[in-house]
Amino acid sequence: MGSLNTIVGVSLVYVAFLFAVAFAAERAAKKGRGNWLNWPVVYTLSLSIYCTAWTFYGAVGYAARSGLEYLTIYIGPSLVLFGWWWGLRRMVRIGRTQRITSIADMISSRYGKSNFLAIAVTLLAVIGTTPYIALQLQSVTTSFAVFAGTGSDQVDLTATALWVAAGLAIFTILFGTRTLDSNERHYGVVMAIAVEAIVKLFALLAVGVFVVWGIADGPADILTRIESSEISTWQIKGGRWAGLIFLSAAALLCLPRMFQVMVVENENEDHLRTASWAFPAYLMIMSLFVVPIAVVGLDLLPAGSNPDLFVLTIPLATGNESLAMLSFLGGFSSATSMVIVASLALATMVSNHVVMPIWLSATGAGGASVSGDVRSVVIQSRRLSIAAVLVLGYLYYRLSGGGSALASIGLISFAGVAQFLPCLLGGIFWRGANRNGAIAGLAVGFILWAYCLLLPSFGTGTFLSAEVMENGLFGLAWLRPQALFGISGLDPLIHAVLWSISLNTFAFFVVSICGIPSPIERLQGAQFVNVFEHSSRAPTWTDGTAKSEDLMVMAQRILGAREAQRVFEREANRQGIPGLLPEPDADFLQVLERELAGSVGAATAHAMIGQIVGGASVSVQDLMAVANETAQIMEYSSQLEVKSDELSRTARQLGRANEKLLQVSDQKDEFLSQISHELRTPMTSIRAFSEILRDNDRLSNREKRKYSGIINTEAVRLTRLLDDLLDLSVLENGQITLDQGRASLREVIEASLDAALNHTEVKLKVIRSRRDEEIMLDTDLDRLSQVFINLIRNAQKYCDADQPELQIHTYESDGVVTVDFIDNGTPIPDGAQEIIFHKFSRVNPQKAGGAGLGLAICREVMHRLGGEVSYLPGQGSTAFRVTLPQQLKIAAQ
Amino acid sequence: MSTGRSMIFLERQTYRRRRLIDWIRMLPIIGLILWLVPLLWPVDGSGQVSTSDAVVYLFAVWFVLVVIKAISSTALARARRAEDAERGKPDQPEQN
Amino acid sequence: MSKRVLLIEDEPNIIEAISFILSRAGWDVVTHSNGHDAIEAVQNRQPDVVILDVMLPGRSGYEILTDLRAQDETASLPVLMLTARGQTKDREMAERVGASLFMTKPFSNGEVLDAVNQLVGA
Repeated sequence: MGSLNTIVGVSLVYVAFLFAVAFAAERAAKKGRGNWLNWPVVYTLSLSIYCTAWTFYGAVGYAARSGLEYLTIYIGPSLVLFGWWWGLRRMVRIGRTQRITSIADMISSRYGKSNFLAIAVTLLAVIGTTPYIALQLQSVTTSFAVFAGTGSDQVDLTATALWVAAGLAIFTILFGTRTLDSNERHYGVVMAIAVEAIVKLFALLAVGVFVVWGIADGPADILTRIESSEISTWQIKGGRWAGLIFLSAAALLCLPRMFQVMVVENENEDHLRTASWAFPAYLMIMSLFVVPIAVVGLDLLPAGSNPDLFVLTIPLATGNESLAMLSFLGGFSSATSMVIVASLALATMVSNHVVMPIWLSATGAGGASVSGDVRSVVIQSRRLSIAAVLVLGYLYYRLSGGGSALASIGLISFAGVAQFLPCLLGGIFWRGANRNGAIAGLAVGFILWAYCLLLPSFGTGTFLSAEVMENGLFGLAWLRPQALFGISGLDPLIHAVLWSISLNTFAFFVVSICGIPSPIERLQGAQFVNVFEHSSRAPTWTDGTAKSEDLMVMAQRILGAREAQRVFEREANRQGIPGLLPEPDADFLQVLERELAGSVGAATAHAMIGQIVGGASVSVQDLMAVANETAQIMEYSSQLEVKSDELSRTARQLGRANEKLLQVSDQKDEFLSQISHELRTPMTSIRAFSEILRDNDRLSNREKRKYSGIINTEAVRLTRLLDDLLDLSVLENGQITLDQGRASLREVIEASLDAALNHTEVKLKVIRSRRDEEIMLDTDLDRLSQVFINLIRNAQKYCDADQPELQIHTYESDGVVTVDFIDNGTPIPDGAQEIIFHKFSRVNPQKAGGAGLGLAICREVMHRLGGEVSYLPGQGSTAFRVTLPQQLKIAAQ
Repeated sequence: MSTGRSMIFLERQTYRRRRLIDWIRMLPIIGLILWLVPLLWPVDGSGQVSTSDAVVYLFAVWFVLVVIKAISSTALARARRAEDAERGKPDQPEQN
Repeated sequence: MSKRVLLIEDEPNIIEAISFILSRAGWDVVTHSNGHDAIEAVQNRQPDVVILDVMLPGRSGYEILTDLRAQDETASLPVLMLTARGQTKDREMAERVGASLFMTKPFSNGEVLDAVNQLVGA
């Protein structure tokens, strides 16, 4: 029992260590110091989740039972990696350009962003993976039991499994759902599994070295021992050898957890190049000592001991407690890293393809743009899904009784997910593949897999009666689960793989060529198959009725305010429009859809934009592009496209310039007449009251004081107006000298708040973060303060909330400082957002305080400072954004 | 734009890189053939290959493939860097 | 019974000035300060003369006057228009919509009084 307590203690310390590693990696990534996170070696190590506890413990048992056949499980993936140039490179590129979040997302996105396919693949993946998770739980609990000593104190195995499952759920939730990153990369998780990869490799090597040099007399001795052991009677079974190489290669491409680390978490395509030799090398080293351990174990341990546990029992039997401990940690690492990534991958699929679509339709048509915070819904659903996946795994473990039914579950699971292969490869190599074909293939493949392999695996009588096994379904002999169409004598696994994969492929092919894919599928097909030729075109949205502001509101909910604004600003810049709201043209919608897809999956992103845009997503033009597409035309047309893009951009700009010129002449008139109005109004009062004072001798003192007060106020107003006009004219003509100084943003904001809010009765609650404001500025501080004062006074004057509030958000990135002033009053209507920066325009004429020159002056000042002030739409209240370079460049003047 | 179609006569370096990629494409096929060789071994009789020899053979294939793969991948990376440096272009994704 | 003048103007100081001048001269001065419901104000207050500013919040003086002229009971009501924009086209505009008199700010107090008196006398 003592050793059991030690092992529990050691595993807890180890888990704490993993938490620390994951936490450190997340922190480093957040601070941008995590260069080492992007090393190709980390990527390669993360691929090692292919080697689960099934490898760590099971490979030795497999070798003891079936000789060298275990090697096929590692040869297949090695071949896939060697052949990265053919398939993986394509998948990774597609994953990156289409912002794929999971294998379900990949398949659904290829076949016209079909939600049905996404849900189907998700469910099938859950069915295929749950037993595998159960297998990991079992291996961890069994290894605990080995330490507890057989027979003595019965450890409550199911309780152990429950604790392990709960611990894994917590870890995955903590590091897998911390943020809803647009690129879905989880640095903490990746780093933790990379560390676990090293631990399991080291542990297996240590046991191997101990066995070869500690127990046997080196490699030569091992080879003779092989010849004298029962393994030497092994004879290659051709069907299984080739079949299993194929199956494991297919599984590497199709397993949801492998897809997650290979494609989704891929940071840099070049890492694949390193992994293409480094991962096969890892697999080779992992397999190297398996046969020696098996041989020595068969020699050393009493007959009938479980060869699956040789890795643990050999060190224990020879009294090497610490080696056994290391070995235990290796197995523990293999199991936990698999469960963490698998549950993360499945949870992403479940939340993106099952929960989100339901939530979207439940909250009604406008749901995406109007109600609720989508980000938190996605994250919560992801957390619940992780817990649910682990609960499923645990239940499977409980129900199967942890018995021998689990032993072959690894290969059964491989065969299940391998059913994705035809529609996956067909999707990326064959333009003709379509949605119905994919559905047909998947359905046929999975039914056959379940009927021939999964259900019989529970044992005769559980799901399939002896009657069915013997005489076939409905008594039809050609429907016998292990001898379909009368072909008997095959190995059951190979039989099932052969029929399911070939009929799956056949159905996929035939249904595909019979049907006509929808336009959006054809566009996605071209996009996937020719990913290297044209990485930019995708099904486009017709310029529709989408309102940029609605899109902004939605994008902010999913991407987060800052990221969404960054995307919108970049797109607006591309279109040559100042400010934050780009025109909702097809290009912009496509970019936005991809950004959203990175967070919620392609099908959901497509649906959400569809709700707002409301238009068809494919234009006649796009259809023509598909219909006429030949290699040359594509080449030529993509050049034309660039040209015509340029032309239309130029035309847009010219149109805008022309409009401006027309406006300018109108504005000149308007300006004169405005100045006249602004000057004459105060003069009217001054003249009238000075005449009253002059002509009426019998005024009371109070009246005299009052009237001369009015004259004074109006004279001050006139002076201020003239000051503003002069200021503006100086700014516009660029004749000002900037007075550069250094201070922190906090000091500038505090000085401005003092100046703006002191001596006023209106209470404005200011919410700000002094810590964020610690940004050093090198600019004209007085001018900047003038802008801030103006914005604060505006909030104070025009905010119509019962309890006026002003939030000031600040941040800095790449030397550009952004300051947002957001109050809680009614937002400025669409049409007026640009006008308020014009001279003499007022937000609200009812409360005319100044001449309406304030924002115009602000804009000019910010231009002088190399920055900008603009209205920040989509906040649900009035908000202004000031951006400026941290360091003013004198040359810019 | 796809350089593959529009250019027929390539610089020497680019030409070499293309052939290197051809070699990389062939590798998995060579590997598959070598690993399927055990299927050809006689199953019984005197010519039967011993299990220990089989282990040595399979791992030797593995090791050689990994080494060759590592060398050619590194060469490819170097060729690409040299080419990019020459064109003065930033890192550009490879094309087929 | 003194004659009633309705002053429609949004600048509080100008309202104060004109009210002072006209009430000293025996006028009953009522005021209104926005454009939205100026028409209702005219109907409710039944003034003998209206002084109407051009730049009002909500609706411009021109629009209000056009509406007033379109209604029978106010079609011939004397209206003095005030504007701070001194351009000829403003004067033309005022004449076109049917202002009885037009005056540019700033004005002398005597001018306003004369103008109002002239309007009721006419």
